[in-house]
Formats: sequence, structure tokens, C-alpha cells
Amino acid sequence: MYAIEVDNVTKIYGKGDTAVTAISHASFQVRPGELVAILGPSGSGKTTLLTAIGLINEPTHGRIIVDGVTVADDGWVPGLDLKRIRREKLGFIFQAHNLIPFLTALENVMVALEINKFPSGEAKGRAEQLLKSLNLGHRLGSYPMALSGGEAQRVAIARALANKPRVILADEPTAALDTENGKNVMALLKSLAVENHSAILVVTHDHRMVEGFDRIFEVRDGFIIRETRGAG
Amino acid sequence: MNLAIRDIRFHRGRFILTSIGLGLLLGVVMSMGGIYRGLFADALAVLHSTKADLWVVQKDTNGPFAESSRIPEDIKYRIKSVPGVAEASPLSFQTIQIERQGKPFRFFLIGYDLRGIGGPPAILAGRNIRQKHYEMVVAKAMKMALGEKIRLGLHEYTVVGITGKVVSSSGDPAAYVSLADAQEIQFKKDNDAIRNNRERVAADLDRMQNLTQAQAQLLQRNVSDLTESTHTVNTVVARLAPGASLYEVQQRIERWNHYRAISDEGQTKILTKGMIEKARMQLGLFRIILLVISAVIISLIIYTSTLDKIRVIATLKLIGSQNRVIIGMILQQSLLMGVIAYAVGYALISLTYEKFPRRIVLEAFDLQVLFAIVVVICTVSSFVGIRKALKVEPAEALGG
Repeated sequence: MYAIEVDNVTKIYGKGDTAVTAISHASFQVRPGELVAILGPSGSGKTTLLTAIGLINEPTHGRIIVDGVTVADDGWVPGLDLKRIRREKLGFIFQAHNLIPFLTALENVMVALEINKFPSGEAKGRAEQLLKSLNLGHRLGSYPMALSGGEAQRVAIARALANKPRVILADEPTAALDTENGKNVMALLKSLAVENHSAILVVTHDHRMVEGFDRIFEVRDGFIIRETRGAG
Repeated sequence: MNLAIRDIRFHRGRFILTSIGLGLLLGVVMSMGGIYRGLFADALAVLHSTKADLWVVQKDTNGPFAESSRIPEDIKYRIKSVPGVAEASPLSFQTIQIERQGKPFRFFLIGYDLRGIGGPPAILAGRNIRQKHYEMVVAKAMKMALGEKIRLGLHEYTVVGITGKVVSSSGDPAAYVSLADAQEIQFKKDNDAIRNNRERVAADLDRMQNLTQAQAQLLQRNVSDLTESTHTVNTVVARLAPGASLYEVQQRIERWNHYRAISDEGQTKILTKGMIEKARMQLGLFRIILLVISAVIISLIIYTSTLDKIRVIATLKLIGSQNRVIIGMILQQSLLMGVIAYAVGYALISLTYEKFPRRIVLEAFDLQVLFAIVVVICTVSSFVGIRKALKVEPAEALGG
């Protein structure tokens, strides 16, 4: 079973003369444990594709299946609790880490677990363990503003992993980092994909960051123009 | 994990300052309520300390507090003889303003029959008036010491006792003297005036050709006695015998004695509805305006605080947070701000209310009602923030 199945997905913004097609007939699948990049310049539609898979942006046409659940079939499937699916099956990593500024590193990870109804004590233990595994054991009580860019992004990764999601969606996760930290984050994502058997879909404009990815989809003007199989 | 508390902990400086500011505003609202209650208490202070069932005053007047009322002192004997009346005493009231230690010194002078009712309610220091003349008991608020002397009219009066918080309806502290002294202070003319008056009467009588000299002298003496008499009072208060009908006694006095007999309840109504109604309405309006201002301020604070958290809210939504978590965060912050502001306002007023120039009466019921209003205001005010938060799209968490 695929972790993500995108079948002929189109997203059109607006109507009539002002309609803009952001994605056109995109189709691909991602297996669990696979690290896949969507590479393209700004405005190519890669984030629109990511948000459609992330159940944020309703596709106009086509079908999306996440971990075996058909979530979109020419629009959202009626009656589905998209929030619950997002909570239980998806993890998000953002360009600007998006940690909650008034929560410590530990609390930022805990909040994702508590939203998913983990008891506070259990959430704390699991968050501590995750942060320690990402070499952030000494930063548990630090607020985001006291963390370096790389540390903050690792906390964000820990938060995305907290609920052991089947799919992790990362939107330009290295954009705010220097090259070395960016490569470290990408390496971390790759190891996590293998260890956790999660499908990781990374959107980026930086082709230097996709080394070692299993597959790379290049997007231009809403079309997937090329699929490259990586060395990974 | 409580997100509201975490946010407040992180921004505690801003939160505390905001709450203090709001607390000062609520303190003013509380003081307005206290002043309003104080107006009532002040207006009724003399009434309550006298504990009379009936106030007999000049016919067709609302005296002695709302209107001027002058009646002869000896009416007390006629009132006493009315069936059902157990006690009757004359009282005299006047507001006096003199200069003391270089500053205006204003008080409400009550003259009472030393063996009757209407004297000082309790003596906190010193003693009650024992001599018929030149002794006085003053309210604590007058800040006079025992043994201190002040000049009133033609004589000096010595403070022999201090009583509690008795004030006039306009808030001036009360002082007690014997009825005879009060009458002298109020009605006794100085010697020059008396002399002038006698000469004027004599001159008028001299012009009457049909009077003999003996008749004129007799008439002059009688006219002078009448015009120089100080045996006038403002009211005669009465207490009824157990079981006596207030209505019947009232009717009897009004029918046969041609005076107005106002019940304690009627006097309360005159004082509260008539005399302080406008002040009450003004204070009430002020309170409403201040509460509306508080509501607007809380709404603005919560709204701007929500705007500051748009990305946080979008992130929470993106990671699957339920709306109730976000609503809870905003509502709890709003309520906490209101509760802290209320506590600050309460502490402020509790520490300062005795230093206000006019009486502030803080009643538990008023404070409880205000607390409930603050809770409602905080809840309603948080709606603007909640509405904004619920409109935030999870996609707003994406991008740089």
C-alpha cells in the first residue's frame, strides 16, 4: 500500500476569466519509508500540491489517497474529519520552523501529542525521548528564540514526528538555514524516513538539497515535468 | 498543557501591566458604586441615628432635610400628648461654615434635647454632653481633639466627646450641641441687632397716635419677645408606643395640630428619591460608560493579542488542533485578565476607600454583581478574538 497516492490532481484558483491553474493533472505515488522531493521555482505550484496532500487546500479535480484513506475525489470526500486525519496520519515541517514562541522546546513537541489526546505525563516522556534522539536533550527548557536555526528546525522535526505519522510533509525546510545546517536537516529526514518507515515529501526550490533523495519530481507551471530516481 | 497560561507566563510583563491598567479602571467603577452607596448612607445617616418613627415638620413642607421647616419648640408637648406617641423630642439642624486653622471648616450642627432622642448615636471617645451649655460632641471625621474649643455665634464650645460617622445628606460631618445652644447659634441676634430691632419697633409704635404710652410699652415688650424668641426648632421627632398605629398617629397630628407628620419610611423616600436621585443617575451613567470602556479595552487587547498569534493559531490548526483548544486559549486569557484586573481594582479600593473625602460603602452584593459583569464582558470581548482565530486558515502557517 502506498503512503500517498496522487491521481490526476488539478487545482484551479478562481473562476472564469480570472481562473488560474496552479497544478495540472499531477499523478504520483510515494511508498512508506521513501524520501521524495518536489523541486521547482517559486510559483511553480509545488506548495499548492503539498497543501492539497496535507488536506489544507481542496483540489478541484482528481483523487488523493493518504495511508489508504481516500481524502479527495474531485473535491474533499464528504463526511471525513480532515483535522483528525491530519492529526493522526500527517506531520508538518515548515520553512520557518513555526515553533510556538511561548512554549519551550519540550512543550512544542508535547503540544502535538496532547492535541492527539496523549496524557500529559506520557506526552512529556515521549517528547523528551524524541528531542534527546535528535541531540536536543540540553535544550528541553529553551524557548524557540534562544535556539539556533538548526536546533529550532530539529525541534520542529521532533514535533512532526511526535505522533508517528505515516506521512511527513516538509515545506522548504532548509530555506531559513545555511547550507551546512540545511544538508544536516535533509540527512536527518532521510534517516527518519528509513527508521520510522514514514513517507517524507519535501518541497524545495534548492536542487543542492535533494542529494540522496529516493525520487525527485520537478514541477514547472503546475505540471510535473520530470521524475528522477535518486541515488538513495 | 494550558496554552493560555503558557502564553501569559511568556508575556507576563505585558500581561501584568495590562491587567493593572484595567484594574485601575475597574477600581474606578468600584469606587463609583461605593460613592453611590455612600450617598445613600450619608443621606440616611441622621435618619438612622435618630431612630424616630415620625418626623413632625412645618405644614406643606418636606422638611427638615429637603426643605426648610420651622415650628415652635413647645409643639413637643402637644405631640407627646397624642395617643400612641411614647416619646417626642425637638431637633434643630443647620449647616455651619467657619474658618479653622486658616481653612474653611464646614459641618452639620444638630441641637437636641439632652433628655430626649436624636443625640449622638455612640460615643467613641470622651463623654456625652452633660452641661446644658457650651459643650459639644463631634463626629470623628471633623478631626477635632477632646478639649478643643471653637467659637460658634456668641460663645466658645468645648469638644467633650467624639462620635462615629454621622454626616448630613450632603456629606458634612455632624456635631451635636444642646438644643438651647443650637437655637441660640441659629436664631440669637447679636446685641446691636437687638438694639436696632427694639428701636425700630418703638419708633413704629410711637407713630400710632391712638395708643397710650403704657399700651405702646406693653406692645413693644411683647413684639420684642416674639421677634427675639429662639424657641424655634426644625422638627419634632416621635417614637410610637408598642402596638400604636403609625397611620392613625400621623392622621391625628396632621388633622388637629396642623403640622405634617412624615413617617421614617416617607423621610427615607424624600431623602433618597428626591435629594440624591440625580447624583445616583449620574453615577450610574458613569459606571455604565466605564464598563463599556473596559469592554472595548478588553476586546482590543484580546483582538491584538490574537493578531499576534495568527501564525501560532495557523500552526495549531495545521497540526490538527481542535477549535476548542484555540477558543479555550483566547477565552481563558480574557477571563484571567478580567479576574486579575478585578483583584487589582478591589485591592486598590480596599486600601484607599477610607481616604476618599466622601464616604465609600463597598457592599458585597455590588462587588459580586460587578464581578459577574466583568466575567460577562471578558467572555463577550473575547468573541472578536475568537472570531478572528476561527477564520485563520491552516495554510497561513506555510511560507516564510
